Amino acid sequence: MSLALFLVQILNGLQLGILLFLVAAGLTLVFGVMDVINLAHGVQYMLGAYLMVTATALTGSFWLGLPLALVAALVLGLVLERLVIRQLYGRDHLEQVLATFGIILFVNEAVRMIWGASPLSIPMPQALSGSVPLLDGLNYPVYRLALIAVGLALAGGLYLLVTRTRSGMLLRAGASNAPMVSALGVDITALFAKVFAFGAMLAAFAGAMAGPILSVEPGMGDSLLILAFVVIVIGGIGSMRGAFIAALLVGLIDTLGRSFITDLLKLVMPAADANQAGPALASMSVYLLMALVLFFRPRGLFPAPA
Amino acid sequence: MNTTSMRRAAIPLILFALLAVAPLASDGYTLSLLARAMIFALAAVSLDFILGYGALVSFGHAATMGIGAYAVGILAEEGIGDALVAFPAAMAAAGLFALVTGAISLKTRGVYFIMITLAFGQMAYFVTQSLSAYGGDDGLSLAVRSTIAGHRWLRDPLIFHYVILGLLALTFLFCRMLVRAPFGRVLEGAKENERRMRALGVNPYPYRLIAFTLAGALAGLAGALFANLTEFVSPAYLSWYRSGELIVMVVAGGVGTLYGAILGALGVVLAEEGLSLITEHWRILFGPLLVLIVLFTRGGLAAVLGGKGGADRG
Repeated sequence: MSLALFLVQILNGLQLGILLFLVAAGLTLVFGVMDVINLAHGVQYMLGAYLMVTATALTGSFWLGLPLALVAALVLGLVLERLVIRQLYGRDHLEQVLATFGIILFVNEAVRMIWGASPLSIPMPQALSGSVPLLDGLNYPVYRLALIAVGLALAGGLYLLVTRTRSGMLLRAGASNAPMVSALGVDITALFAKVFAFGAMLAAFAGAMAGPILSVEPGMGDSLLILAFVVIVIGGIGSMRGAFIAALLVGLIDTLGRSFITDLLKLVMPAADANQAGPALASMSVYLLMALVLFFRPRGLFPAPA
Repeated sequence: MNTTSMRRAAIPLILFALLAVAPLASDGYTLSLLARAMIFALAAVSLDFILGYGALVSFGHAATMGIGAYAVGILAEEGIGDALVAFPAAMAAAGLFALVTGAISLKTRGVYFIMITLAFGQMAYFVTQSLSAYGGDDGLSLAVRSTIAGHRWLRDPLIFHYVILGLLALTFLFCRMLVRAPFGRVLEGAKENERRMRALGVNPYPYRLIAFTLAGALAGLAGALFANLTEFVSPAYLSWYRSGELIVMVVAGGVGTLYGAILGALGVVLAEEGLSLITEHWRILFGPLLVLIVLFTRGGLAAVLGGKGGADRG
């Protein structure tokens, strides 16, 4: 295992972590502020990617397509909140799981009907399509570096938004005591709708950015959704900081595990057994991490104040 | 006994009677559809046992069902094809998985419990995917259905129907006996008010763990039957999507009634089949249907048939 390969995998891990954070941020906001488990958050990531496919095809440009796709995702988020999610406030978590499961079935199938079942791709923007040398003999794609940079910038912006602005203050107040905020004259319904649509847009942004490097296909949000749930559970549900740290942790462990676990196992067992056990252990690694964290800290690494 | 409780007592009787006479009016296709529905009903009853009475929302219940199916598949591959060995082995394997994962999961509550059971379910899913000696990603075909003490009875769809129905009825009665016994009262008491239960000197943890393990073993039995029905096992049996479907069945049927889970499973399997006859894109209809069920019904099918007023408290 060379240093260059290790570095590449670290960067890939960070990049998965960033995508996970963008999805998990909305998930943890919606849960923390509105007390709603939204299984449909993964399909919003998928919709982001599909809207981007259409928007870039229509405008012929990545840079014009991106804002168009984001606005469309925002509008869809508002519609979904109005039609379904709003009815679920204060309901049992079980009912929320069920209703949003229904939304997943609907959207996955709708996407299959509109865009077809075969994988699509989004062309890489010209300006970011090259690669840069990081070390001797190691080139890394510019687009992936840009994705990491944009994600980190967004995470920083989110942190400032939540801790330093009036909207962020309302958000935190809503999370700790929604009825009180409402009694103080804040339109809590509008606040919830904004939070939900904003979370949907973050997830869609992640999907749109992932489009050029992953294949865009129905169901692509489901596996990411489960990983995002692992992230917010490890981080502590409702905690933005926890989601950020856990997202990077999960991204790194998953990526590094897939690359290196089999080789590591070969040091302690016969190669044939290692080839068997390695991939299984690699797929399980983040779930093992989650089980371990929950065993020692049942409310996650950074429990939000109750 | 007022009319509501009479109706509630009558529903399971009518249900089982209808299932018992169903083969008279069924062709092979309907019989296999009913077998599928009854097998899912068995798994759904076991889920309702922990979900409805202990508020343990397991999002990994399909994993125990899948482990039961794999136990039958793997034993058959190794030359042990008799149900008298394979079915108890399936229940033991699934029960053991539930015991180990439950011991950890039950330390958490609420949303965390939902998520950690989901995580364990995914782990089991990935393990079956990597079983390359037993088909790996592609799954494993059963050469023949399990024998019973050497006899090939399960090949006959009619006998298979009554075997499944009998096991479903036994499971239902077993779970109903447990929830009406002091054991079930502790489960429910801990669900309503855990602190008070502890103040009474009862630690709910071992009760929950036993219930979780039993539910896992029963789901394993359902999995063993399902492997025989489809004569095939694959990692897809353990997917989180299946676990979601099982929750749908329990909730749509009515949580905390046991017979509601049977109604829910029959309803969901038949609805999926019916909608898929209308269009290959049946999920586009089924998804909104689920949302409507959540938004506009309380207590599921059981409440519609049995009268309003919350769950059946035995």
